[in-house]
Amino acid sequence: MSLLLGFAYGLAAVGLIAGGAVIGVWWERKVAGRIQLRLGPQQLGPAGVFQMLADVPKLLFKEDIVPYGADRPTFRYAPMLVFAPIAASVAVVPFWAGWAPLDSVVGVAFFLAVPSVAVLGMLLSAWASHNTLSTIGGMRAAAQMVSYEVPRTLAVLSVVVLAGSLQPTEITGAWRWWWVPLTAVGFLVYLIASVAEMNRGPFDLPEAESELVAGYFADYSGFRWAIFMMAEYGSMIAAALFGTALFLGGPAWFAGVGGLIAYVGVACVIITAIMWAKWTFPRMRQDHLMTFCWTVLTPLALVQLLVAGAVAVWL
Amino acid sequence: MSLVELREHLCATFPDLCPLFSIEFGDGVLQVGPERLHEAMEGLKTLGFDMLGMVTAVDFGEEFELVYRLRAREMGVAIIVRARLPRHTPRAASVTDLWPAADWHEREVYDLFGIVFEGHPDLRRILLPDDWVGHPLRKDYEDPSIIRRPDYR
Amino acid sequence: MSERLVVNIGPSHPSTHGVCRIVVELDGEIVTHAEPIIGHLHRGIEKMAENRTYLQIVPLTDRLDYVGSMYANWAYCRAVERLAGIRVPERAEYIRVIVCELQRIASHMMGIGSAAADTGAFTVFMYAFEQRELVVDLFEALCGSRLTYNYVRPGGVSADLPDGWVDRCRTFIKGHPDAMREIDRMLFGNVIFRARTKGIGVLDAADAVAWGASGPVARGSGVDYDLRRDDPYSMYPRFDFTVPLGERGDSYDRARVRLWECVESCRIVEQALDQLAEYEPGVIMTEGLPRLLAPGRGDAYDHIESARGCLGVYLVSDGGVCPYRMKVRSPAFSNLALLPLLATGHTLSDLIVVLGSLDPVFGEVDR
Repeated sequence: MSLLLGFAYGLAAVGLIAGGAVIGVWWERKVAGRIQLRLGPQQLGPAGVFQMLADVPKLLFKEDIVPYGADRPTFRYAPMLVFAPIAASVAVVPFWAGWAPLDSVVGVAFFLAVPSVAVLGMLLSAWASHNTLSTIGGMRAAAQMVSYEVPRTLAVLSVVVLAGSLQPTEITGAWRWWWVPLTAVGFLVYLIASVAEMNRGPFDLPEAESELVAGYFADYSGFRWAIFMMAEYGSMIAAALFGTALFLGGPAWFAGVGGLIAYVGVACVIITAIMWAKWTFPRMRQDHLMTFCWTVLTPLALVQLLVAGAVAVWL
Repeated sequence: MSLVELREHLCATFPDLCPLFSIEFGDGVLQVGPERLHEAMEGLKTLGFDMLGMVTAVDFGEEFELVYRLRAREMGVAIIVRARLPRHTPRAASVTDLWPAADWHEREVYDLFGIVFEGHPDLRRILLPDDWVGHPLRKDYEDPSIIRRPDYR
Repeated sequence: MSERLVVNIGPSHPSTHGVCRIVVELDGEIVTHAEPIIGHLHRGIEKMAENRTYLQIVPLTDRLDYVGSMYANWAYCRAVERLAGIRVPERAEYIRVIVCELQRIASHMMGIGSAAADTGAFTVFMYAFEQRELVVDLFEALCGSRLTYNYVRPGGVSADLPDGWVDRCRTFIKGHPDAMREIDRMLFGNVIFRARTKGIGVLDAADAVAWGASGPVARGSGVDYDLRRDDPYSMYPRFDFTVPLGERGDSYDRARVRLWECVESCRIVEQALDQLAEYEPGVIMTEGLPRLLAPGRGDAYDHIESARGCLGVYLVSDGGVCPYRMKVRSPAFSNLALLPLLATGHTLSDLIVVLGSLDPVFGEVDR
């Protein structure tokens, strides 16, 4: 029974991420268009909303190229290893007050740990491509994702300390409005580290278009390429939803459907802000990125944790 | 500085280069032999010609003519140095030791004319592939894709 | 001693600004050796010119620096005019100055935009391209083309300014400096861009001169040398303008010099438009030129300050209707030779930034 339920959740998560990615790509093109003095898609449907319906079949029907010299099985299945952990992480998001698809007592640890497995998929796809640029991209991805785990986890810990629980539904239940000013720095660190985790601009060094062409997925085409894009949008959706729930109290604002709508709406605003950052900032350099992680974000997260801990003791 | 002043300056510093200097079409021209080319260029550099603008060659049948254009920023004057090389042994001294700028320019001349620059650190083809046969800017270069225009006069 | 990784960047790569292949040897992410391999776009324009009449070569020169075709047109025409002893009407000279300064803006917009895109700031690329579009629209009204203009001809220019063009041009140069200040804030004020470009690929003034660098690459290093001022040609002595200089010679200064050059170009265009009003319209071509130019024996070299630096054309004539030899001294060729010097010791990301700040156009490098 639980296996069946797990299967259903998995399918729903894939559906959510696929749908989110389709809408996300359209929305990103619109946002980027507005920022860049152009219009974005506009031909199919009102404001080009159906553009993505045309793009999905295009990606499905594109030739699935495996480069000569690539390690074929690894090359073919590495994208799944990138996508699956990110889809799994959606399961612990508390969509409803007191309800999450997988209401685990270690939900927060699950959310932070499981998507990190994706780095293996990135390394494997980079290695299997048998391509120098991909290899560099994979190495960058590994270094970056492992490093940014630290401030991200520390930032989330401040909320965990305040709530005294690792269960996302309990954290949202214990959420009080004054957590927002108290953990504002932590939320910022969480957001920045999440953007770095999902390899998006200005931290998109592993795929750095102007340097590494597309980094670890430079040799992928068709649907395997689409899986990488879906993984990127999926982790953006998951990070925005989870951050809204933990730091802003998301589903705890209103009961019922209104709560869900408000929650998803705020998450969409955060996603838009992430897109905004991507289209505004230039890309960072590898050493600056690491310096930023270890000398700015990690200390900030530690200070935030100390403050939250002190408040939790005082409570 | 005008070209006449340049001539006086050149003659005062290097009397043996003086008879080789002339003024044509508003340009100062120094015509040297290939054996004295490097010595003359070294002299011009000490004179203040700090920028090597161009190195090229012209195919005149029996001879190749190397053309260098130098510029002195301080004096605000330019000079063209010409050296005629026999076609059967197109060799000249490289000036990369004086101006590193000559590096790619001399490689280009080697590539397109087959003139060998002695002392060049890395004389390889630059524009054409390494396995190209012949030197296309020579007048006797033949290629089936070249269509000669009829003489209109 | 760690193992070195040899990475082949190009010939088909998003940020090689054309078709350049760079063989990079990496130690980790540090470039230990970089060698540009050029010639992928070599079309043998110098050889083709030996088989065409003087007027037929003008379209060929369009294809040299395809981001700034007007310059190659003009440099070639100046060499022909010098060889054949042609005097150009003053109105035509003014029009040449105006279109070439506008071309400098268009070309620098491409340079700054692609330098920004190389660091990932794609939005700035779009902002810069909006300005380039406005210039290209002006050129389209002038000569019908948006990329290869074939506008400057030996003896003058191919068409006079159309009605209302001067007003459109004035509108553009009025708005352009503000757009430049916006890009200055958006790109050169950005903390990430500053960290990416400051101190990267430092070229000192002595090296710049020795390597024959010119244009914004040399001026970014503080080499105060601009042919428009130091070897004045055409109508430039009649204009009041300054030559922007960099201080440190890094990628930041090279890119920023381009920005302020655009503002100076606006000043020149404004003065040129004012002075142009005194000349009678229609006199744009030397009278009595033969259909088939055949200059006497001799040779001529002339150069102009293009957006990339000193662009020279050397022509040798044997008295026939085709030049005996044409040599294009392209600034991008000399500037690109600096890449190994500047990029060694920096990271792979910086190599791309340095290449972007040199702003090569491979039509001109490979000819």
